[in-house]
Amino acid sequence: MEFLNDLKDQVSTAYELLAAGWGVQLLWGIGWTLAVTVVSMLIGAVLGSLVAAAKLSHRSGLRFIGESYTTVFRGEPELLIIYLFYYGGTQVLTGVARSTGSIGSADILNMPSFLGGVLAVGIISGAYQAEVFRGSFLAIHRGELEAARAYGMSAWLRFRLVIMPQVLRLAVPGLGNVWQLTIKDSALISVTGVAELMLTANKAARSTHHSLLFYTLAGILYLVMTSISTPIFDKAERYTSRSFTRPK
Amino acid sequence: MDFDFYLSTIWSVLKALPLTLEIWFFGIAFGLIIATGLTWLRASGYKSGEYFTRVYVFVFRGSPLLVQLYLVYFGLSQFDFVRHSPILWPILRDPMYCTIVAMALNTAAYESEIFRGALRAVPVGQIEAAKAFGMSAFTRFRLVTLPIALRLALPAYSTEIILMTKATALASVVTIMEMMGTAQKIQHDTFRPIEVLTCAGVIYLLLNLSIARLFAWVEYRLSPHLRPPPEQSQQVKPVPEVL
Repeated sequence: MEFLNDLKDQVSTAYELLAAGWGVQLLWGIGWTLAVTVVSMLIGAVLGSLVAAAKLSHRSGLRFIGESYTTVFRGEPELLIIYLFYYGGTQVLTGVARSTGSIGSADILNMPSFLGGVLAVGIISGAYQAEVFRGSFLAIHRGELEAARAYGMSAWLRFRLVIMPQVLRLAVPGLGNVWQLTIKDSALISVTGVAELMLTANKAARSTHHSLLFYTLAGILYLVMTSISTPIFDKAERYTSRSFTRPK
Repeated sequence: MDFDFYLSTIWSVLKALPLTLEIWFFGIAFGLIIATGLTWLRASGYKSGEYFTRVYVFVFRGSPLLVQLYLVYFGLSQFDFVRHSPILWPILRDPMYCTIVAMALNTAAYESEIFRGALRAVPVGQIEAAKAFGMSAFTRFRLVTLPIALRLALPAYSTEIILMTKATALASVVTIMEMMGTAQKIQHDTFRPIEVLTCAGVIYLLLNLSIARLFAWVEYRLSPHLRPPPEQSQQVKPVPEVL
């Protein structure tokens, strides 16, 4: 019974707290989480395709760089990478600013927390995206590449007309997985002070002493975000592979 | 290059390795127990069991581990019955136990899906053959289904274990001084985050690489039937016809 009474109290205070402004704060938090995730995915897409190209290269040096990138950024704790970019970025910026004399020798130039966060999450996301792109490239029929070469297409033309459209189509399911991972990784950049969903929930929990309520809400909101993305990616998959499905 | 600083940092972080491994080990061990239960519920054929596992997996895979950790550590203590329970409270007021609980609950969701996939991937012919031999359900499971399913689950399981190694770093946000927490402290004391985090990163990387290598070795040992036949020169010479 105690349990039920507790729960009833929680529900009645929940409405008051959300109406008192925390509801709007949480909505902003969702907005920031989505912004972090989208920007990180874009950074990851650029890095991921470059790294995938390096891993598929004929040059052993490039292959080594690609392999190291994916091994390191998939093997390190995400938190460590985030700290490295945030605090490390502060260290570098401060060092540069002090040596150019734009700040005093005792001042500190902080890394912008959004920038540090999206760089870190983007680089991690890039390591996973590289594997997705590499897998998609390997799934293209060798014959098509040979045919394109036989037509005398230049490397750029081959990439634009044969490789890229197919890689994008084959990569959609894998990118859906990386998107989910990236949403969840974005929660970690709350440690740098970006006011995304996790940090907002944290602040709310600390200042109202209703941690159960706000962490449960945050959990539900993350579940909503991840489960809404599933049908969207399913639709994207159907759309990009529409010419490959058998007519009914 | 300040070698003394690097060496002392690596040494301090390494001293926290046992704590990291402790969280890692107990998280995985309890996770495995919960995952086994979930897989059994899912495969039991009861509709309610299946719904429960579906919801469980949806919840724990769909939200970040950090939220789950905060919920366990800060959230559950809101309930009076938790604070007054002689069993729950000693567990849930300790950040170390909370991290282990959150990690175990989280990894169980992923692992139960891995095991479910592995069970489904056991070739039907093998099970039919076992039935044709007149094996009882338990014998069939023990001698046919389980060994094949474990072998099939191994690659995905090793990935999950590596994810768990990375997840132990989250313990630092609830004040545990494992490797990440120690690195954080040194970094705050010295204001040299790049050097300190690089040292910690090297240790984490070596740890994960050795775990990956270990699993690759186990996988190799468990799949002699998938290896290509040895080279001609290594093959046993035919027995000379002396008779």
